[in-house]
Order: sequence, then structure tokens, then C-alpha cells
Amino acid sequence: MSGEEQEKASKVPSVRKLFCGVDVGASATKLILLDSERKVRAKVVRPSGVDYAATAKECLDQAAAEVGGSRDIARTVSTGYGRRNVNFADASLTEIHCHGVGCYHHIPRPITIVDIGGQDNKVIRLDASGQRLDFKMNRKCAAGTGAFIEEMALRLGLDVGEMDPLARTTEEAVRLSSFCTVFAKTEILAHLRKGIPVAEIVRGAFMSVIQRVVEMDPLDGEVVLTGGVVEYNPTIADILSKKIGRRVEVPPHPQYTGALGAALVALRQSEKK
Amino acid sequence: MAEEKKTFIKKIRSAGPMRDLMADYFKEMDEAAKTGSAKIAWCTSVGPAELLRAFDFLVYFPENHGAMLGSSRMAADLIPAANAIGYSPDICSYLTSDVGSYLRKNTPLTKAFGMEGVPKPDVLVYNTNQCRDVKEWFGFYEREFNVPAIGIDTMRGIGDITPNHLQGLIGQHKALVPKLEQISGKRFDIDRLKEVVASSYRCTKLWKKVLRIAENKPSPITFFDGTIHMGPAVVLRGDERAERYYEMLLAELEERVQNGVGAVDGETYRFYWEGMPVWGKLREHAEFFAEKKSCVVASTYCNSWIFEDLGHEDPFEGLARAYTELFIVRSENFKEQYLESMVRDYNVNGVIYHDAKTCPNNSNNRYGLPQRLTKSLGVPHVVINGDLNDLRLYSEEQAKTQFEALVEQLHERA
Ligand code: SF4
Repeated sequence: MSGEEQEKASKVPSVRKLFCGVDVGASATKLILLDSERKVRAKVVRPSGVDYAATAKECLDQAAAEVGGSRDIARTVSTGYGRRNVNFADASLTEIHCHGVGCYHHIPRPITIVDIGGQDNKVIRLDASGQRLDFKMNRKCAAGTGAFIEEMALRLGLDVGEMDPLARTTEEAVRLSSFCTVFAKTEILAHLRKGIPVAEIVRGAFMSVIQRVVEMDPLDGEVVLTGGVVEYNPTIADILSKKIGRRVEVPPHPQYTGALGAALVALRQSEKK
Repeated sequence: MAEEKKTFIKKIRSAGPMRDLMADYFKEMDEAAKTGSAKIAWCTSVGPAELLRAFDFLVYFPENHGAMLGSSRMAADLIPAANAIGYSPDICSYLTSDVGSYLRKNTPLTKAFGMEGVPKPDVLVYNTNQCRDVKEWFGFYEREFNVPAIGIDTMRGIGDITPNHLQGLIGQHKALVPKLEQISGKRFDIDRLKEVVASSYRCTKLWKKVLRIAENKPSPITFFDGTIHMGPAVVLRGDERAERYYEMLLAELEERVQNGVGAVDGETYRFYWEGMPVWGKLREHAEFFAEKKSCVVASTYCNSWIFEDLGHEDPFEGLARAYTELFIVRSENFKEQYLESMVRDYNVNGVIYHDAKTCPNNSNNRYGLPQRLTKSLGVPHVVINGDLNDLRLYSEEQAKTQFEALVEQLHERA
């Protein structure tokens, strides 16, 4: 926002003001506009592409159009991998923080959040008041993340959107034992050669994602699953529930949890001022 | 919010004299290598340097060269050369970058000190107290230069140091004497050894004071400063010039304390760094923490060159004890207690563990220690994956996000 726009925004009665959260992830950028009643007024997702700053701006333009061209944005908080590239943000926070805030908004209890992102996985534990107890990120490798699922889809000649319906058609799954995405692709070739149905391979890929997650943390207490991977592949939540023997919660629009958290922080920071 | 170029690192005045001292050290070595005016011994970083100096060897430390290869970021281009001749990318990346540097005839010593190459050794002296890799590293040069590799084989994972341990280690140190007499052409003189050990001990005490001054709030020195200023304590211990240097540095830091000047402006959070530095990212890490008003006040790494047992009246027993009492040599229980006391002494808010892919010996997050310590002390931690020299094993974004999230977490609780 330019200085002039900011000045204009501050003159608008506070209830009409909007609060923007933008989560520039490794593969997708998500943006949410909240009003001061914490209602979502617009939400946008786009592939992050190569120019994070431009994508974030496009998301903002699109969201602004959705709310009738309103630019009464009081404050913007950016998060995610490309958080420092958002020129119009007033502050930036890590996705670890914003996922926590976004999740707690929906599920205000002590929770263990598992976020399966495009490029990394996180486990975040919150206490009853929503304060973070601790967090973990996966090791550098993309095994078990959204990138892994995309790679597998490519190998199997599927659109990413075709994977979940396929995985639902079977309870059988091949075992992909490799930690490494490249090795897993080789394993898939071997399964295809043996004539194993594609659905079982897809389910196997989902199970291997979950396997990487349970290797990160004991996942005590109530578990909440977020991120783009579970938004498009809800079967993954069922597989995790089975694996840990408890129902895993998924908040509404799990891909937007980080952006929602960022918007909530923007609102809170404005209230404090 | 574009990233700012402004620096947050505060300069230490003594850095200039330290660079001069290091330049003198390398110049003397280069001179001796060219003219044969003195014999040169290569020594592992926590090897028996004092014994070598007692024979008037000039002592060169390949690990110091390794760190230079890392901080100059030359390592990335050189490691593959060592990989290609069979030294795995999974073993110590000091070793692979140093061997790569040798194979490619490319060293940071040229740019820094005008040296054509590393000084050719007359003898290679190791102590396996830190790892096996150092022995294999020296084994490579033993074959290349056709000079003897001799040393001390120390057992690892030691809890209490017992008379049994000591007996063997003292014996091994003494067994080096006739070999070193032969190579140096000098007779062993116990008084000379005592002198050198006494100087090294004084250096250790000064270095310890430098590190302990970080207990002050705000701390006048960061871990990142420490990794640079430890140079003389590593390569010139036993040489009185190192003592003079630390007296100067200590005075500067005491002045900072008196004036309430911290190494980081507005120091808000204090951290402990467990594990090796990521040499090629040292500056970025220093900037990053300083910008977040956070000071990494202490580390196991910098403390590893404190050898308090050198004060023992028998210099051989002093050496045997000093080079075995080290953190890296010790049991998991010892390490846990050590870290507990460091967290308390330095009053830190969080611990950062660096899991260095190619150095399991300095990666202490692998047996549940961070979790146990967080539970017992209530101090949060993060584990970053990376490496000392091989930046292909390090993800900048993931590391920084974790540092930042830790600061946010503390901020939220404050
Ligand atoms: S302790 Fe680690 S870094 Fe040092 S020489 Fe051994 S393997 Fe390399």
C-alpha cells in the first residue's frame, strides 16, 4: 500500500477495514482478506510461479476485485517461503507461526498440527491457549511432501487432481520403502512392470507421505492436518487417522490455514495499535 | 519488504591484530617449507601440538585449512574432486574439501596470505579423540608425501576418565618421543615441553575467560565472533604470541562490559549453538541473529579448545588428560550434563543444534539429547540440517525459518 492509500484506509470506519494475510508457499500462493469481524471476505490461490512478488500482487488484485474493488486494507502480514518478497506487507512471520494461529482459530484446543506443504512438512504443538509449545520441520529432502506427490503423479501420467479419487477406489497399497523421491520413482517403475494397478501405487504414495510424517514426531493428543496436499487429497487424512488409531481433524480449507493465520495476526496487530 | 543490506554485525577491534598474527604464523610456515629452516608437523586440531612444538616443529592444522575452504565457499567446487577418487560425499567434508584442494592445487591460503600451497609436512601427527576421519585424512597425505603418519588412538564415548584410560594414553604420548626425535633431529627436553605446555595452559585460561565473558548481559561477544577469534587458540597454543593476543581481546571485551555494550544491539534473546558452524554461512547467520536482536552467546564448538588439565604437574599426564577430557570424546550422559550446565551458566533462551551431515562426531542431536534437555530444562530447541563445509547439504530457507520461528515462539511467551 502506498502512503496515500494507507492514509485513506485509516480514515475508513474500522468495521469496513480489511486485513490481509498472504502465504507465499513454495508451490502455491494463498491470500485471504478478513473483515474486522474475522469473516473471510475473499480468498485466492495461485501457483507461486517464479516471481513471488508479482504473484502475491496478482492475488491481492483478484481478492480486491472479489470484494468490489475495495482497497481498504488496514494491514497485511505475509508468511511462507516467499514472505520476504511481498512488497505490500507491513510485517512478515514464519509459516510455523501463522499455521498455528490459523488452526487454533478453527480448533481452539491443545493440538498437534501436521502441515504437509509443497516443499516441507511441519509439526507444531499448541497449548490450550494457542501458544506454541514447540515445532519441527522435516529434513531437507522433499520426500513425503507435496513435491513428492507431484513427482509421483508425473511418473504415473496423472493430473494431480486425479490421484485422490483413484486412491479411494482401493484399500490395497504398494509399499514404497525408499526415503528418496528419485528412488521411489524407480520403485514405481518396478511395480508398473509387475502390472500392479495404478490405484494401489497412488495409495502407496499417499501412505509413504504419512510414513514420513509419523517418523517426525510421536503425534500425541489431538492431531490436525493442514496444507495443500490434504486439501486436494483428503484420503491422506483418512490414512493418517488409521495409522495413529484416532480421528484426525482437518480444518475448513486446509490449504489456507497459513494465510488465515497471517490475516488474523494482521487484525490483532491493528487492534493493539 | 525488500531485504535490507545494512549490517548488524559489530566489529571487534582486535580482529586486525589477529589477522596480522595469523599472517605471521602462515608466513613463517611458508618460509620454512621453502627454505627448510624448520621442520613442519601437521597436527589434528585437538592433537598433541605442545609435544610437537617442544621439538621446534612449526605446526600446521589441516582442519584450520578445512574451515578456510568452508568459509571461502571454495569447498563446493573442490569436494567433488575428492569424491571422484573414492572419498565419499558422506564422510567429513573438511577431509574431502582439503583433499580436493590438494588435488586441484587451489587453496584459500593464496588469496589470504600469498602462499602457493599448503606447507609440505615432515610428519603427520593425529589423535583420534575427535573421530576416525582425521586418521584417514592423514593417511591420504602419508601416501602422497611419503612421510610418516603417527599418533594417538584415543577411545571414544568415555564417561569418567579412569587410571586405565590414562595409563594407555600417557604411554602413547611417550611412545611418540623417539619417533619425533628422529624426524626432528632434536633430543627431547622435558623442560622445553613443560614450558610449552605452561604457555598453552595460560592461553587456555585466557581463551576460557574470553568465552565466559559472554555470561554477561548483554554479551560482548557472539559465537560467530568466537569462531573467528579462536584461530590463535587452535594454531598457536603453546606459543606466547597467542597469550598476548587473548590479553588484548579480553581487555577489549571487558571494556565493552564496563560500558554496557553488547555484541548485538538491544540483546533480547540468548542462544546456545551445539555443533559445527556452517562455515560458508557464518556471516549470514551472524547478521540474521543480530537483526533479530538475538545473540548466540555460547557454543560447544568454541569451548572445545579449552584444555584445563594442561595445568597438571606432569606434562605427559596433562596432555593425556587434556586431550581426553574434551566434550567430543565423552559419553552421552557427560554431554547432557555439560550442556545442562552451559544452558544455565549462560542463561540461554534456546538451543540450536546443527546436524552436520558429514560430521556425526559433532552432531549431538542424533540420540534424543535435544528432547531430553528441553524436557528437563524447559528450554526450547531447534535442529537445523546442514553441514560444516558442504553447502549442498544445507537449506538456507529451512534453517532461517526455524531460527525465526524459535524467536517468534520466545516473543509470544514473553
Ligand atoms: S570431528 Fe568431524 S569435522 Fe572434525 S575432522 Fe572429524 S569428521 Fe571432520
